[in-house]
Amino acid sequence: MAAIIELENISKHYSPTIIGVDNVSLTVEDGEFVTLLGPSGCGKSTLLRMIGGFETPTHGTIRLADKDVTWDPPYKREVNMVFQDYALFPHMTVGENVGYGLKVKGLGRLEIETKVHDALKLVGLFDKVKLRPQQLSGGQRQRIALARAIVREPKVLLLDEPLSALDAKLREQMQIEMKHLHEKVGITFVMVTHDQTEALVMSDRVVVMEKGRIAQQGRPQELYDHPASPYVANFIGTTNFLPGRVIRCTGERAEIEIGGGRLSAIVDAPLVAGSTVTAGCRPEKVRLLAEGETAENVLEGRVAEVIYYGLGLRLAVELADGSRVYTDSLLPDRLALSPVPPLGQSLRLAVEPHNVFVFEGEVTP
Amino acid sequence: MAQSPNRAPGLVSRYGADTAFMTFVAALMAFLYIPIWVLIAFSFNDSRSLTWPLSGFTLDWYVKLASNGDLLAAIRNSFYVATGATILTLCVGVPAALALHKVNFPGKTVFRRLILLPITLPGIVTGISMLNMFKLIGFPLSLETVILGHATALLGVVVTQVYARLQRLPKSLEEAAFDLGASPWRSFVDITLPNIRTAIVGAGMLSFVLSFDEIPVTFFLTGRDNTLPMYIYSTLRRGVTPEINAVGTIIVLLSLVLIVVSVVSTRDTKQK
Ligand SMILES: Nc1ncnc2c1ncn2[C@@H]1O[C@H](COP(=O)(O)OP(=O)(O)O)[C@@H](O)[C@H]1O
Ligand SMILES: [Mg+2]
Repeated sequence: MAAIIELENISKHYSPTIIGVDNVSLTVEDGEFVTLLGPSGCGKSTLLRMIGGFETPTHGTIRLADKDVTWDPPYKREVNMVFQDYALFPHMTVGENVGYGLKVKGLGRLEIETKVHDALKLVGLFDKVKLRPQQLSGGQRQRIALARAIVREPKVLLLDEPLSALDAKLREQMQIEMKHLHEKVGITFVMVTHDQTEALVMSDRVVVMEKGRIAQQGRPQELYDHPASPYVANFIGTTNFLPGRVIRCTGERAEIEIGGGRLSAIVDAPLVAGSTVTAGCRPEKVRLLAEGETAENVLEGRVAEVIYYGLGLRLAVELADGSRVYTDSLLPDRLALSPVPPLGQSLRLAVEPHNVFVFEGEVTP
Repeated sequence: MAQSPNRAPGLVSRYGADTAFMTFVAALMAFLYIPIWVLIAFSFNDSRSLTWPLSGFTLDWYVKLASNGDLLAAIRNSFYVATGATILTLCVGVPAALALHKVNFPGKTVFRRLILLPITLPGIVTGISMLNMFKLIGFPLSLETVILGHATALLGVVVTQVYARLQRLPKSLEEAAFDLGASPWRSFVDITLPNIRTAIVGAGMLSFVLSFDEIPVTFFLTGRDNTLPMYIYSTLRRGVTPEINAVGTIIVLLSLVLIVVSVVSTRDTKQK
């Protein structure tokens, strides 16, 4: 695979104090679906808009298909963008909207009609060709915006929070639909979102951003299972954070003393005995132990809260030192409801050592 | 059935409120329109005195009007001035609004307020100051100086209307046009212009109407030629003649045409 977008030490300083993007280097492969993920204000849109040509970086180089486009205006770049508010032209019909980019390109009327037809077919809205955007629903407008961008067959499609204006149900459906569209058209997608589920569901690679920098990037599963920092662990999925101290570390195995007990963990890099660390584990990797059952990392506590969320149960278990550990369990069928423990009951929890993350230092997420 | 005792008082009070509201609207409409109907009625009345009741129907005043050279010249002048002032103020005002919208420069807010000043200043001040200026540079007074004066005074109308519309236009529309390959000029013509067209048309019509019946600025800046309001004003010393009523009726008719034109020309960008 060849690189289609290369960002080299890109920075964008809006003013000496407002830094939108801070020294980011990123390569996107041809045909990839990459997502820029992060909370509001972390610089995702700024980065995307620099690829599109709507902002110019204060430092760094942007290459598209091996061509330096850092200073090219948007109309000279072979990328197209789906805007957060869709930006459909209100004075044009759906057909004219989708065909506008082709008309500007100077294609003939017949060719434009065929391509518009195909693009609208692709998003399943051909019957709306004569309507105005104002007459469509949010989801339909979103699809028109997609059709208008891909009809020009760009090298890269940029999407700025494309699904954020849709309601939850439609959003879930569009996530899958857009993933299929990506596979079908074979164009590189770069999407911005603050929704971690969306990022995990849709992309080949997720780039997590923090305050204008890249915090971590990788395949969705890598990020979920091996978050490089508490920030990432907290932003993608839910994590229990337990402050502690390293007792000893031999090879890849570390013993951590936490307020409510002891944990052993598998670590990538050796830790210094006595240093302050924070252990982390995902609620769904924490298991309830049956009576008499033994396991490696056992924590004891009392049920402080029971949260029912349809798919399963989340228990908040209070350890001896008052810290809380969340544990998720699925409810495979209705019978499983019967053993819901009452508040205050003593419980034993277990978590496998390879499911324990250890971050150096103290964390207040 | 069980509900009706509860509903009856609500219905009565709502009916009462509706009646009060309708009466108010009717009174308002009467206040606005009765004078105009009186004017139209008297323009067809066959007596010179403006007294009730009407004495009989005639078209004499319209015939008289058609042969009154001074009056016809005044009407022609008014159209010339209003058209000239509208075109000039649009030619300056629209680009000014675009510049204000597009370009950020220090003192932009001050500039925006300054451009608004002529419309908020009393016409007398604008009139006198422009008169001084034309005298100073030795420019002879004529209908053209009136046009310059009106265009200056009306600039604020055009700039505010067009600027307000531009501000409401999402920035992403223009960006989307760039994104689809349109150059800045092309995107202006294809995207921005159609979306501010109704504001330009509206501001143009308002300017035309305001210029058409403007007196203070015209008073100071005109040479020997008179515009219609000036002519009417000068004949008023001899009292309102039915001829003037006939002119008024024609203007009302033209205004109606203007309203229809504006409704038709601003309709198609809105949702059907
Ligand atoms: N046009 C602008 N002028 C000044 N500051 C801006 C501008 N656009 C964005 N910023 C700032 O840059 C930072 C990153 O913004 P943005 O890229 O929009 O974040 P995100 O899309 O991740 O929410 C924010 O602090 C924001 O306030
Ligand atoms: Mg954003």
